[in-house]
Amino acid sequence: MTGDGTTASLLVIGGTSDIGRAAALAYAQTGRRIMLAARDAETARRNADDIAARTGVPVSLHALDLLDTDRFEAFVDDLPMLPDTVLCVVGELGEQRRAESDIGHAQRIMRVNFEGPALILGIFAERFVARGTGTLIGVGSVAGDRGRASNYVYGAAKAGFSAFLSGLRNRLSASGVRVITVKPGFVRTRMTEGMKLPPVLTAEPEEVGHAILEAERGGSDVVYVRRVWRGVMTVIRMIPEPLFKRLKL
Amino acid sequence: MTALSGWGRWPRHESELVVPRNARRLTELQTSARGIVARGNGRAYGDAAVGERITLSTQGLDRFRSFDPETGRLTVEAGVLLSDVIDVFLPQGFFPPVVPGTKFVTIGGMIAADVHGKNHHRSGAFGDHVERLSLALPDGRVVECGRGHEPGLFAATFGGMGLTGTILDATFRLMPVETGWLRRRVIVADDLEDAMDALAGAAGATYSVAWIDCLAKGEALGRSLVQAADHAGEHELGERERAAGLFPAAPRGRLAVPFELPTGVINRASVAAFNELYFRKGAADAETPRLVPWDPFFFPLDGIGHWNRIYGRRGFLQHQCVVPTRTARAALADILERISARGRPSFLAVLKQFGPGRRSLSFPLEGFTLALDLPVDEGVDALLAEIDTVVARAGGRLYLAKDSRQSRDTFEAGYPDLPAFRELRRAIDPDGRIASRLSGRLGL
Repeated sequence: MTGDGTTASLLVIGGTSDIGRAAALAYAQTGRRIMLAARDAETARRNADDIAARTGVPVSLHALDLLDTDRFEAFVDDLPMLPDTVLCVVGELGEQRRAESDIGHAQRIMRVNFEGPALILGIFAERFVARGTGTLIGVGSVAGDRGRASNYVYGAAKAGFSAFLSGLRNRLSASGVRVITVKPGFVRTRMTEGMKLPPVLTAEPEEVGHAILEAERGGSDVVYVRRVWRGVMTVIRMIPEPLFKRLKL
Repeated sequence: MTALSGWGRWPRHESELVVPRNARRLTELQTSARGIVARGNGRAYGDAAVGERITLSTQGLDRFRSFDPETGRLTVEAGVLLSDVIDVFLPQGFFPPVVPGTKFVTIGGMIAADVHGKNHHRSGAFGDHVERLSLALPDGRVVECGRGHEPGLFAATFGGMGLTGTILDATFRLMPVETGWLRRRVIVADDLEDAMDALAGAAGATYSVAWIDCLAKGEALGRSLVQAADHAGEHELGERERAAGLFPAAPRGRLAVPFELPTGVINRASVAAFNELYFRKGAADAETPRLVPWDPFFFPLDGIGHWNRIYGRRGFLQHQCVVPTRTARAALADILERISARGRPSFLAVLKQFGPGRRSLSFPLEGFTLALDLPVDEGVDALLAEIDTVVARAGGRLYLAKDSRQSRDTFEAGYPDLPAFRELRRAIDPDGRIASRLSGRLGL
């Protein structure tokens, strides 16, 4: 509940992703009202019904295409209310090899992972500042901590998103609006289906969902879902570039 | 291609496992393939959920659809796990109307096998509580089935082992419970006669089941612990139960069998020790009703992850038969004598009384059901073939969800509705798209 007695609300951008679904459920279990924004209406409807049936909380659906930036202002205006928390959990790995020669594919990866998420959170930031409260949560990626041969187009987009969140957090630190960056590491989802992932470094979507909820409840700014990742990425960032460039990562 | 098996880990067959993300994709796959069958959580013991060529996992269909707290009416997609249903709704005061011996089954699998629980004598099988379901047929149609709509297809789907089409979602009613505790009484039965009488005498209890000491011989043949239980009301809980919670959670961080034990660990000695322990532990608190939490009561083996590995690499066989009441005493005595005479270890031997059954391929019929759990070794086939003969002569049948080896003769003798089922299959699937290893083996 918020201070004025109404139920607090969460908007999930990327409501059809496995992490978005898990996070929405974790929030709904605390009584939050849920809004799911997604492009794939059928899966969004299934997730909304699932959360409502499990928890009894109302879940509404809102169509959103992250490539259609011209529609962003109208999307925010059309929401039934300005949410208390916005979680952006959009992620599209794409195909690195294809992105190296197919400019359209590379552009899509950049737009979906950086441009769309940054622009829409920027709109919510302005509205939250005007209201004086609100929490913005962006799901970044450890892939953005250092560019690597195997996924640097995606990694660069995620790095851009991380920098955007970091700057926003810096700017809004005294405003009453919180900005949180969550870095899940490997997660067993559709995106990583078929990949061989090391168990110690790999989280289930439910674990990430709860970590997001806990990040908002606690005071963290940047959260690695599995703490081991903070160490792993610190080491990876510290490798000198002359050596790093010769590694196969 | 993957080598797939059931929970019994034998036999294994090559089959391509695919995981469609939604019902539309599942339907497309089913209509474009041949030799395909749905698989839930893989807890059928034998070859029921292994497709001749392709196996269609329902794992992606894991959404709840709707719930009405007024009526307890729940609609879920077919791949939702029973454990998920209990986790969500027991704390809200609801419990499924029928649960099998493990909670790690999907709702679709529970319908396809028409599972029964310890309350069959009162509540029937799971299918008796399903109000409607939607079924993806091999020709690409998705049909809505209920008592008033496609009743033939609806009835044949219970126990139909996924062969009437793939279940996409279903609606059933949960029942209200005040607590997650059961009031359980244990009756010591000195022999088979005694056990069957005790089960019949416990028919007033919601749940009843007997654990048989399979190695007891002679006069003690069929020596059992009979459990009778009911859901406990809130006022019955003492301090200990309240401290543990009105709805105690299933224990997490469970024991697990990390790897296959060498074949032979389950030998005569260890089973005798287990049975003796179980018998004495039960005898000690016999007759005094005690409150026990729901999870170990309904799902004792779920506490041990991968317990199917205790039988080693060669796997194990489950054998479950039912014999009609009028022939039950003689037939069960005959079966138990054969087992105890050979000193054949059976880790689990469970006896239960069934109420009236349903039609089609649904397993339960009015009588007594005996479930055995045997490691695969030389001689097991011969022993089970003898047992099958006893069952068939007694007018009984075997449970398809636990079968990987019965003969067509035993099967055909046990299920008089089989011709009608085959005819329905021909009508809805003339090209024979849906085919499991089980349907191939038994000519379904």
